[in-house]
Amino acid sequence: MSESSAKATIAERMAGSTPTVLARRMRTISDRSVAWLFIAPTILLLLAINIFPLIWTIYLSFTNYKANRPNAKILGVGTTYYSDILSDPDIWYSMQATAHFVFWTVVLETVIGFGLAHLINRKFRGHGLWTTVILLPMMLSPAVVGNFWKFLFEPQIGLVNNAVSFLTGIDPSSFQMLGEVRLAPWAIVIVDVWMWTPYVMLICLAGLRSIPAYIYEAAEVDRASPLRQFWSITLPMTLPFIMLAVLFRGIENFKMFDLINLLTSGGPGSTTEVASITLKRAAFESWRTGYSSAFAIILFVTVFGLANIYVKALNRVKQR
Amino acid sequence: MTGKSTAHSIVEPSALSKGIAGTLVIVYALVTLVPLLWIVATGFKTPDDSIAYPPKLMFEPSLEGYVNLFTIRTRQTPDFIASLPPATAWYDKLVRSRNMVIAGPSKVVPRFLNSLIIAFGSTFLAVFLGTLSAYAFSRFKIPLADDLLFFILSTRMMPPIAVAIPIYLMYRELGLSDTRLGMILLYTAVNVSLAVWLLKGFIDEIPREYEEAAMIDGYGRLHAFFKVVLPQATTGIAATAIFCMIFAWNEYAFAVLLTSGDAQTMPPFIPFIIGEGGQDWPAVAAATTVFLIPIVCFTVLLRKHLLRGITFGAVRK
Repeated sequence: MSESSAKATIAERMAGSTPTVLARRMRTISDRSVAWLFIAPTILLLLAINIFPLIWTIYLSFTNYKANRPNAKILGVGTTYYSDILSDPDIWYSMQATAHFVFWTVVLETVIGFGLAHLINRKFRGHGLWTTVILLPMMLSPAVVGNFWKFLFEPQIGLVNNAVSFLTGIDPSSFQMLGEVRLAPWAIVIVDVWMWTPYVMLICLAGLRSIPAYIYEAAEVDRASPLRQFWSITLPMTLPFIMLAVLFRGIENFKMFDLINLLTSGGPGSTTEVASITLKRAAFESWRTGYSSAFAIILFVTVFGLANIYVKALNRVKQR
Repeated sequence: MTGKSTAHSIVEPSALSKGIAGTLVIVYALVTLVPLLWIVATGFKTPDDSIAYPPKLMFEPSLEGYVNLFTIRTRQTPDFIASLPPATAWYDKLVRSRNMVIAGPSKVVPRFLNSLIIAFGSTFLAVFLGTLSAYAFSRFKIPLADDLLFFILSTRMMPPIAVAIPIYLMYRELGLSDTRLGMILLYTAVNVSLAVWLLKGFIDEIPREYEEAAMIDGYGRLHAFFKVVLPQATTGIAATAIFCMIFAWNEYAFAVLLTSGDAQTMPPFIPFIIGEGGQDWPAVAAATTVFLIPIVCFTVLLRKHLLRGITFGAVRK
């Protein structure tokens, strides 16, 4: 709390200095004024559209406010919602679904992405063109593409079911990727891996390319085996890059909403109901604004805390 | 794996290992391309072909998906259609052959325009604000600069739904619900963090000596910024602008929760293109194709800056 109030005073100071700065002649503006003049609009916008809403969310999380009944009397409920959420088995189920999704997507994307980067780094003919082709999925709208994957996952007529049937001989109408409790959590993992593996691949490729060739030359001279070179040079030197990719993917997938909302909307039942979907259902379907605000704050603190711990670890690896 | 080595270049991969690597990468690329090609192909199928079992690889191309995307149609009796004056345009004929009559244009064009206006508006604002801030962070000693930069970045860590709850209430009070201006401001706020971080990297790379020389020649600080720094930063600004545009173009969570009609963009619109008895997949595929083409072009243009863009400037090549 003290941090946000400190930021508010900084913004006030900047906002206060703007009119006098403009009043002076352009030529005599000091560097200090230019600096504040240039930064103030950005900070003000972020305060208005990010920080003010965040503070409002914190306030709402302690009240029984419901957005569909704006005229009802607002009553303070203290920390009831926080304790309710932390002891609600449905919320813990939702966190498990989120953990399953985040864990498997990050692991698969890292392994496949690093493998691909390693192959592309052999610089075969045409590697530039094929790299661009591989990158395409990650640039596309997750919502629009996720919506189309629903068609690919259709039982009987869908491409995925028919491809599986072609390879294994199972009847293509005998399973539903999105409609079965045992398959749906993996269907969303498949689409996310399809979409975001290129992201990890691109970062790993930058890491591999940052290793100077003379290190491998020295290793060759010392007759280090290729496997030894991989474990002692390639992996440790790309580790900071891999960790950065894991950080970005971890945060993004923890917040994941669009892809899953369109593929399964949390279904069947609540099998794929990850945190963002639970939050959307509570906030915009049951209109429990106070309750969902408390959940939003818990999620934000979780992401922020985990990311901070992780960045510390990342910096330690970098310094080695 | 680089078993054989020659005296000249002992770390250059052998031809065999290059060949194997190339084959594996190409196989992966082709497999991941299949869903995208399937989208494009489905757009040119008739509704019957699109849901045929087994799925049709070969089919007679039809523009029915595109016609259905752009029009609203009503089903009529054959007698009624026979009583109409003969159809002149090819799309009228196509629709009438299905016992339907075109009742008017669909909402796809206004939704597409919303996407364009919101993407361009928010990109312009984000890049404008981002360039100014990035320059200040790059060139001046700012108290708590690292904290401010981290604060700017941390606004991206919040789940969009968490931000959407208070924004929904705030916009309802301010009359910004379901307006283009509201969406432009929101996307600007989300994009400005990316713009500041990326542009700071680009501006850091422009030597300070250029402006200092100009300022010795009598330029003021602002004059030097506009005449010396901005022209040098054009590539970086263009790359940043494309990243902001792609984000605004693709965004779904805010759009689906905060817009429902007038300001709705394409991503929440496309899943609701329905025909008789469920989703009209050829029309959905047609919309998806039209929607994705600009992004594919941008991706090819951006190749060199992709890495920087997706890591907020943390990794540069």
